[in-house]
Amino acid sequence: MEQVVDKAQSKTLKVSVLSQLRNLTLLSILLIAWQLISTKLLSESMALLMPPPTALATAAWELIKSGELLHHLLSSLKRELWAFLLAAGAIPLGIAMGWWKIVHNQMDPLIEILRPIPPLAWIPLSILWFGIGDSQNVFIIFLGIFFPILLNTITGVKNVETNLIRAARCVGANEWNVLRRVVFKAAFPQIVTGIRVGLGVGWMALVAAELVGASSGLGFLINDARTMLRTDIVIVGMLTIGVAGLLIDVIIRKLSRRLLPWSVGLSK
Amino acid sequence: MSRLVVSDVCKAYTGKNTTDSVVALQNVTFTVAHNEFCSILGHSGCGKTTLLNMIAGFERLTSGKLLLDETPVGKPGWERAVIFQDYALFPWMTVYENIAFGLEMKKVPLKERTYVTEQHVQLVGLAGFEKRYPHELSGGMRQRVAIARALAVDPHVLLMDEPFAALDAQNRAMMQNEMIRIWETERKTVIFVTHSIEEAIKLSDRIIVMTCRPGHVKENIVVDLPRPRHEEDPAVTTLKRRIRSLINKELEDESCTAKKNGL
Ligand SMILES: Nc1ncnc2c1ncn2[C@@H]1O[C@H](COP(=O)(O)OP(=O)(O)OP(=O)(O)O)[C@@H](O)[C@H]1O
Ligand SMILES: [Mg+2]
Repeated sequence: MEQVVDKAQSKTLKVSVLSQLRNLTLLSILLIAWQLISTKLLSESMALLMPPPTALATAAWELIKSGELLHHLLSSLKRELWAFLLAAGAIPLGIAMGWWKIVHNQMDPLIEILRPIPPLAWIPLSILWFGIGDSQNVFIIFLGIFFPILLNTITGVKNVETNLIRAARCVGANEWNVLRRVVFKAAFPQIVTGIRVGLGVGWMALVAAELVGASSGLGFLINDARTMLRTDIVIVGMLTIGVAGLLIDVIIRKLSRRLLPWSVGLSK
Repeated sequence: MSRLVVSDVCKAYTGKNTTDSVVALQNVTFTVAHNEFCSILGHSGCGKTTLLNMIAGFERLTSGKLLLDETPVGKPGWERAVIFQDYALFPWMTVYENIAFGLEMKKVPLKERTYVTEQHVQLVGLAGFEKRYPHELSGGMRQRVAIARALAVDPHVLLMDEPFAALDAQNRAMMQNEMIRIWETERKTVIFVTHSIEEAIKLSDRIIVMTCRPGHVKENIVVDLPRPRHEEDPAVTTLKRRIRSLINKELEDESCTAKKNGL
């Protein structure tokens, strides 16, 4: 019996690895084509604008070895983390707005005006307010993270099943406990969705903010490399931004699945 | 003592316009004695849930009185615990945590809380499932958790709104028997809303038959038969026939909205 299961498992494992590999066919062909084109077909000055994958690998290795890549990645991550901690204030605000009508009615006009302004549109004003540096960057990222968390929290709170709240009240829960033990918990999967979306938006805003107003970070790295025409570094920087963004999302998804085993909606 | 007096209770839901308002209940009057099992039977839309919600404190009465031991019922509280048709278990809590929740809210000391929770896990037959989450349980088991959660706070009145309606016939029959067993172990005043005449007869000391909307009491029937009650028992079949004819007559009534709506 166990053997059968083992066999079946190893078989499905093999199949899944194989099909994963098969999915990479197009990517591999493109990489090879890229390599051939930029080494064999392009003139030297053109190849400078489109360095081959091998050159990128070398550049990446250089950046990793010197610790430069890690340094810039960490300073970007640090800003994202700070902005997230500040933007987490959207959670209590969102709960209050979803729960008390009066808070919603008062806050809503303000938020409806501010929300459609893209974080990037704040860059000029924020440079005047904060100067160039960490606080200005953090402010831009904060704007990117804040609204997705806020809106998702409000929706989550409004969609809590009435009967769950009633069930808590009728076994003696007071208002505070209803909010803390039921409403917050029931809205939590939606709040996590807000955090995921927010960190994604924040990460994009981060790079833009660093392009113009920073002396470290991945955005700074690629902009700085541009002035020196180091396209290999530019592309390595871009790929790092993509991979880091993906990893942040994967980590949050894994964490939330671990922390919320009861929540089916989060599995996708 | 926990005697529930429903006296001249009316409930109107007001819509945006006055023409939208619905009179759900009109002059409902009956009394449920201490530790009595009382079923409320009536057609869909006659206001059974509305009545239960008012007793629970979820909704306000338009007029009339609801007295529990001579005091008007107020905000929702543990004295009137509710068991919902859709169970309304907290999905992020285990079986054990769900059952202990009310005791925690009542600030029962930890030692007693553990004891009472375990006792209720046993009572509803869920020993061994304490660490499971609601989504890992069958419908019948979920309803057992809901029953244990409500009983654990030792309410004066237990309010149940079609608690077994979502179960299949077999589970339903089993849960009815379980309900009798549990109620005989832990006597309570129970208000039990149902659509099923058989279920009402099987369980109740008293059956309140409601008219169509606006609902009021059509008949207040005391069921004085020993338990367990068997379907073939002549006394049971006679009672069943009597209630069925009452309900059918209600449907034939001109003013019955349910019939007009083709229900
Ligand atoms: N919140 C509400 N607002 C307006 N009308 C309502 C509301 N709740 C119930 N009603 C109306 O009051 C009447 C009684 O509803 P209620 O849910 O109490 O019936 P019920 O007897 O429980 O029906 P069922 O057996 O289908 O559950 C219905 O006509 C319904 O449309
Ligand atoms: Mg109902």
